[in-house]
This record gives sequence, C-alpha cells and structure tokens, in this order.
Amino acid sequence: MAKVSPLEIYKYLPGLNCKECGSDSCMAFASALIERSKSYEDCPPLVKDEKYKDKLEKLIELVTPPVKEIVIGAGERTCTIGGEEVMYRHELTFFNPTALFIDVSDDLPADELAERVARISRFEIERVGQKLRLDGIAIRAKSGDPTKFGEAVVTAVENSYMPLMLCSFDPEHLEVGLEIAIERRPLIYAATNENVDAVAELALKHNSPVVAHSPGDLQDLLELVAKLRSKGVEDIVLDVGTYPLGKKFGECLENMVMLRRLAIENGEKLAGYPIMGVPLVAWLNGDEPVKAAMQECVIASAQLLRYADLLVLHSMDMFSLLPLLTLRQNIYTDPRVPIQVDAKLYEIGKPDENSPVLLTTNFALTYYTVASDIEAGKVDCYLLVVDTEGLAVEPAMAGAKLTGSLVKEAIEESGVAKKVKHRKLIIPGMAARISGEIEDLTGWEVLVGPLDSSRIPAFIEQKWKSNGKG
Amino acid sequence: MKLNLEDIIRSLVDVEDIELENVEIDAEELIIKVKQAMLPLVLPQLQPQAAVQGAKPEQKLEALPEITFEKPVKEYRGYVEEVTLGATRSEGGTRGKVIKIGGQRTLYHFEGGWINKPVVSFDVFDIPQPQFPKALREAWGEVWDSPAEWAREAVKRGADLVTIHLVSTDPKVKDTPVSEAAKVVEEVLQAVDVPLVVGGSGNPEKDPVLFEKVAEVAENERCLLASANLDLDHERIVKAAVKYNHNVLSWVSLDINDQKTLNRLLLEEGLPRDRMVQDPTTAALGYGLEYTYTMIERIKLNALKGEKELAFPVSCGVTNAWAAREAWMNVAEWGPREYRGPLWETINALAVMLAGADIMMMLHPSAVQAIKSIIDSIFGDLNGVEIKYEDWLKV
Ligand code: B12
Ligand code: SF4
Repeated sequence: MAKVSPLEIYKYLPGLNCKECGSDSCMAFASALIERSKSYEDCPPLVKDEKYKDKLEKLIELVTPPVKEIVIGAGERTCTIGGEEVMYRHELTFFNPTALFIDVSDDLPADELAERVARISRFEIERVGQKLRLDGIAIRAKSGDPTKFGEAVVTAVENSYMPLMLCSFDPEHLEVGLEIAIERRPLIYAATNENVDAVAELALKHNSPVVAHSPGDLQDLLELVAKLRSKGVEDIVLDVGTYPLGKKFGECLENMVMLRRLAIENGEKLAGYPIMGVPLVAWLNGDEPVKAAMQECVIASAQLLRYADLLVLHSMDMFSLLPLLTLRQNIYTDPRVPIQVDAKLYEIGKPDENSPVLLTTNFALTYYTVASDIEAGKVDCYLLVVDTEGLAVEPAMAGAKLTGSLVKEAIEESGVAKKVKHRKLIIPGMAARISGEIEDLTGWEVLVGPLDSSRIPAFIEQKWKSNGKG
Repeated sequence: MKLNLEDIIRSLVDVEDIELENVEIDAEELIIKVKQAMLPLVLPQLQPQAAVQGAKPEQKLEALPEITFEKPVKEYRGYVEEVTLGATRSEGGTRGKVIKIGGQRTLYHFEGGWINKPVVSFDVFDIPQPQFPKALREAWGEVWDSPAEWAREAVKRGADLVTIHLVSTDPKVKDTPVSEAAKVVEEVLQAVDVPLVVGGSGNPEKDPVLFEKVAEVAENERCLLASANLDLDHERIVKAAVKYNHNVLSWVSLDINDQKTLNRLLLEEGLPRDRMVQDPTTAALGYGLEYTYTMIERIKLNALKGEKELAFPVSCGVTNAWAAREAWMNVAEWGPREYRGPLWETINALAVMLAGADIMMMLHPSAVQAIKSIIDSIFGDLNGVEIKYEDWLKV
C-alpha cells in the first residue's frame, strides 16, 4: 500500500463527503487510510450500501497490507505481528514491532515454571518514556509427555495473561495444549509436511494462527503454506529455520529477506505472512551461558533487522535483552514522527518558588537525558519543555524550530510565572544564540547553561546557588 | 553435467521422489547446470504423472497451485564504486596486502553482486585515552602509550585496517605539531602492514595542514584520509590526496543532501571516483541509530538506482556506540557492563553493516570478533556448529 496515493484510494470511496467517518472529507479519509489511523470499516456508506460493493472489494484489496497482520492471544494482552507494507522504513514506516517470546520448557518443576512465567509477564524497562516489554511465552514440549505439556500450559494460563505459543511437532501434544488454552488463541508451532493435515485441523477448530515450518527450504515452505491455505487456514507464520553463527545462519537471513521481498515487491501471496526466528538455537552451541546469551542477542538483532516479526529467546539477562529492545525501539520508531514528550512544565524533585527554571525541547531523548541528569544531581527545579516538533536542541536551532517567540508562548501557556518569584530562565548552551531574542520578547533574564546537560548540577551549584537565586 | 531425457526418466522409474540440489532447470532442453550456492529445489513434475511409475499423487489435498520458487533477484542500473585501500611494494607502497571495499552491483549478497566483504578497522589514538569506558581501558590500557604498539596489538586481534586518530594535534588538546604527528603515522606504517586510515582531530583550521603533511610522508601508501567535511578547506585535502596517492573520506552529519553536495565538491576538486569513501555519521544504538540506518539504506538504494553522486562505499564510526550510557554506565538494573558494552558496540556494527556499510571503525576486540563472524556467515566462509534445528524444542 506504500505506493498508493490518496487519490487512488479516493476513487473507491463513495465521494459523499458526509463526514460520517469522522474525517472532514472523503479525501481526508483516504489519507487516514494510508496512515492506518482509520480503517475502511469506518466509512458507513461504503460498507452498508450494496451499490458500493465493487468499490469496497477493490478498496480492501488496495489497503490490505502485503504481509498479513496476525493477532496472537486474546483478552488482556494480545500481540499483533506482520501487517507490514514496505521493505525500508523511510518508505512509510514499520507498523508492528518484532514480538519477543521467551521460552519455558514443560519439564520444569511447577513452581519454577510458574515463577518464570510470572517474570516474563512482569518484565518491563523504561527507555525515553516508553515501557519496553516482552510479548509472549513459548511453551516447549521437551518432556515428550502430553500430560506434562498440558500441565505446563495450565501453569502458564493460570499465572499470566501473556500470549502463548505452543511448541511441539506432535499433534497430540498440540491438541492437549489447545484444549486448555482454548480461550487464549495461542500460536501453534508447528505444521510440517508430516503433520500438516492434523495440525491444520487443530488450527481451524481452535481458530488459532499456525506456524509453517520448513527449515532452509523456501520452495518447500511455500508449498506448505499453499497446503495450509487450501485447507482454509488463513493465519500463518513462516519459520525458515534459525542456525547458530555460520553459513546456514547467513542463508537464514537471506531467506528472510527473500520472503519479504517476494511478499512486498513481487506480490507473492504465499510469502505474505509474518516471519519468525528462533535465536534460542544459540543455546544448542554448547557454549557457557554468557556466551550463549550474547550470541542469542546477536542472532536476534540480525533477524530483527532482516524482517523477523517474531523471535523466540531463552535469555532473560538484561545485558542481552537491553540492546535488543533498544534496537527494536529504534528501528520501529515511525520516521515521520520522532518520539516526543508533552510540551509543558515539569517538576523535577521538589521545586519551590525560588527554584531554577530550565528550558529544553520536547524530543523524548533530549527530555529524558536532561531530566535524568538533573535527577542524578538532585537539583529541585522546573523544566519547561518547548514544542520543537520533536527535534533535539541542536537540530531545532539549526531548523529554526526553537525561537524566542516559541519560548514566549511556552512561558505563557505553562503558567510558570505563577510558580516562581524570580524571572530567570536557564537555556541550553546550544541555544545561546537566541538568548537576546528571548529576553526582548519575554522580559525574562536568560542564563546560558552548559552545552551538555550532565553539567547542569555543577552549573546550578556555581551560578545559581551563589548569585542567581531570585 | 548433462543428462538426456531418457536418463532422467530411467532414474525416476525406481524412485518415488527425486530431489536435486544446486540445480537450475531449463525445461525446454533439460540442460542441468550446476550452480553455486543455489537453494535445494524439488524437481517440478517433469512428466505427466502416468509416465512416472510409483509416484504417489497427493490424494487428500485439493488441487494445489504449482509452485516454483525463484530467488527474487533484481536488475540494478547503478553500482557502487570499488575503492582500494593500501598499496603493496609492487605498487610503490609497503603494505602486506591491499583491501578492496564497495563494488556492489546488487543490494543483497544473494543476488550475486557483492564482490567484497565489509571490513573492520580498529581505532588507535596518538595519545592515551584514560577517559575510555572501563571495558576499553582494560582492552587497550597496556598498549596505549605507544601508537605503534597499539596498532600491532590491533592487528593481532583481527583488524583488517588500522585507523590512527591524530587527536592530539587539536590546539585545544595538545597542539602537537604536524611534523610530529606525521612521525607517528610513519611509526604505525612500520609497525603493521595492513592499510591505514588516518584521522585528524576535527579542527577545521589544522586538519587540512595536517593531511597535507601526512599525505606526503605516507606517499603512495593509499591511506584513507579521514575526513573532509563541509566546514573545512576540503580542496587542500583532495589536492594532497591526489598528489600523494591516497583516498578521502567524505563526512557529513546525517544529511543525504549534504552528502551529495560534499561528494560532488570533492569530485569537482579532482578526486577520482575510485578514491572516495563516505561517512554519513553513526549515531549510537538508542541515540539516533535509526537515522544512520535509514540514511545508509537510502544511500545504497539510490546508488544502485544509478545516482552517481552517492555511489561510493560507506564507512561508519561504530565506536560512537560507546557514547551511549547503556554501553558504559554501571547500573545494576541493566546487567553487568562488561558484557553489555561490547554487545552494544556489536549490535551497532551489525545494524550499519546490514544497512550497507563497508568499513566499520571499532574498538572492542570481542565486538570485532562477533561482527566478523556475522560477515563470514553471510559470505558462507564460516561453517559454524552443526545443529539440528528442531532440537531447539529439546534444549
Ligand atoms: C539526529 C540529528 C538530526 C535528526 C533530528 C532528530 C531529532 N528528533 O531531533 C534530523 C535528521 C531530523 C536532523 C535534522 C537537521 N539537522 Co541534525 N543532527 C542530528 C545529530 C546527529 C544528533 C542530534 C541529537 O539527537 N542529539 C542528542 C540530544 C539529546 O542532544 P540535545 O537535544 O542537543 O541535548 C543535549 C544538549 O543540548 C544539552 N541540553 C539539552 N537541553 C538542555 C537544557 C539545559 C538547560 C542545558 C543547560 C543543556 C541542555 O544536553 C543534552 C545532552 O548533551 C546532530 C549531530 C550530533 N552528533 O550532535 C546533528 C546536527 C544537530 N544537525 C544539524 C543540522 C544542520 C540539521 C538540519 C538543519 C539539516 C541537517 N543537517 O539535516 C536539520 C534541522 C531540522 C529541521 N527540521 O530542519 C547540525 C547543526 C549545526 C549547527 N550547529 O547549527 C548538527 C550539529 C550536525 C552538523 N554538524 O552539521 N538532525
Ligand atoms: S464516511 Fe465515507 S463517504 Fe462519508 S466522508 Fe467519510 S469517506 Fe466519504
């Protein structure tokens, strides 16, 4: 859909400009469809009126992403993968971040299993204002005993709302698991050439998405997908096989690229599904745990960059998860909108009417860097955040998005004048150029702060506490 | 290998399925050409079912579409310039071997147009770096008193190239005279026989003077002078590079239009196309890496589309990864930094490499080792541990 223009979409809309969709016009609605902020179902005439049936069909075809969007799980926490439209993020954006599933094996003692499941569910770390989390639990049928597998699924269901992935090549195991997790719409791993009939039946019966597994062989994988589709299975995830570092791993990365290119650039429907990888294979290397966890992180990162929509991991060590989560956050940031914070007045620590007022921009990275430096230095102050459309201080200065009049507006809207007795504003060193302009427009006295926010505490100590206090 | 139709039919009589690996089939003549590194391909139905005795038809399934997987390979109008770093004795230099970078004719390796591997350069500085994060102090602290010693150690740890950063020439650092800095370059040239990258201090007044001197003492060694940028007298650097036989790095700050402008200027000033490498700036993982990633992707895509002003190899200062707090800061919640730091640099390198970088300038030995394993994986030069993939269920 990336290459579709609003005008092309407009052709298939009713053209009534009745605003029932909530957009101001059909044209605006067409743009919203491209942005995916609205769905075609939001246009009542189109979906209700018979006479638009043909248009509707064409429109659906036009706006359906070439990679199918698939939801795993149901209820409190679900996870959506796929739905991608472009090969390169700058062509539009990537929509659904790679889902990270952590494994548990069914031979763990029940209490350990429950504990691990709870840890996976609770896991959370904050970076630039976003909460980074894990997305699901992959239950491995290691014991070979369907009863044990069933018990593991019971434990997972009872201790977590997380989306589940049931992992066994044996349909009997899968059936036991599916019966237990019946309300959770788990991802079934996996259909193979050998079990495809039985597994397809299970998938249909339980309305669950299913993985097509054919390691290293795309011809075979596409045939397997065709078999699943011919039986009526629609929600499919592709497993090309993952290998430890080595040439088979290199091939795996290239297979992922080929699948995505087939789907997006060649319009190949059989390849139009989310792709999964299993970086957990790093643990088959026989390495000690630290090395295995590091290799797992490397494999996962490479697959994430090569279009993997779902990854199965073993390590929950923060040293290996943090780089991966950060990479995911970076790559899946919408290139059209930088991550931003609200432009308003923030209180850091316990400021009072004599506390300093500092100014920064609403680019999330800038705000959190500055705020954490201030917190680390235990400075009580007000932080006035100006809307620079999500630009950092220096780019904002370069692009004239941080100006005296914007600062004036920010001061007025924030009501900071009522919070402090003084009229002194500390601005970033990089914004020194506009200090005169700010003084002229606002009447506030400007103190030019250091270039780097890590030196704010020292600056306050020397320049504010000694003589600046209002 | 050539088979005729009869041979094939005969061979099909006794077997149920025939699977050929590494072949491409031309249906008209049935010439079977063995190709390198092809994916296994299941032979499509060559004969009507009846002719093949014993073949079992798929009974339970509905009619399936016939599927023939073909690698989605594309045609590209443009290509990336190939640049040679270093010169051997026969070419007037003293390097043990030369390194070629760039030269891609396709976007991906599987399309067949990647002739050179991405390479790694270790950073070496002309003065000790006590402000380094702990993991880097531990890796290099023992050798950083001597740039030559540092470079030797870097080569031992797998450097394809060495970058000698002459940071002390900055008037704000030590204002080391250019003649002294040039001696350091000579020492390093003697200590190692890999091609050299020479980095300035970034001072716009001094760098052009510095590069003139360095270019002269390293005449014919085909170093990479890093860097020319829009804020300094780049023409002097180009002239020196041309006169003494070196390459030039064209460095901008994450702006594709700036990159085009600077590249065009350097070419106009006389730099031959096969002597330019470009550096679009590497922002750290977690601190703008996505801008770098996307800019490199755009550079490579445009180059292959035929945009000549961007069709040069890309170099990345991956060392910037260490600017991220997450790489060096001691925060209990983030796990041990001795693992986290090298991993941070590795993932940074991995991202730019997959986006299309040709040189990664790096610092931590284990990060270098990891990225080289990945490069070798992609180029099929590393066998790796044999596993059965299905066993992941049983770990
Ligand atoms: C990423 C980036 C971009 C991104 C912007 C991302 C974003 N959301 O902001 C993009 C690609 C969009 C961009 C665009 C532009 N950029 Co730009 N960009 C950068 C880059 C690489 C990093 C900026 C960054 O994220 N810094 C990190 C944040 C946290 O820094 P910060 O906000 O400044 O905050 C620090 C300090 O200011 C200070 N601080 C912050 N708040 C406060 C408050 C107080 C009280 C105090 C005391 C201190 C303080 O502490 C913080 C931590 O150190 C820099 C180069 C570099 N390495 O610095 C160039 C750079 C800033 N860009 C530059 C330019 C020229 C531009 C453009 C005009 C054109 C271009 N080159 O692309 C446009 C302008 C934007 C526009 N709309 O027109 C120039 C600016 C030159 C100048 N000095 O005038 C730079 C320096 C690159 C260069 N050398 O040419 N850019
Ligand atoms: S509801 Fe449909 S017809 Fe009405 S304005 Fe929106 S898009 Fe147009």
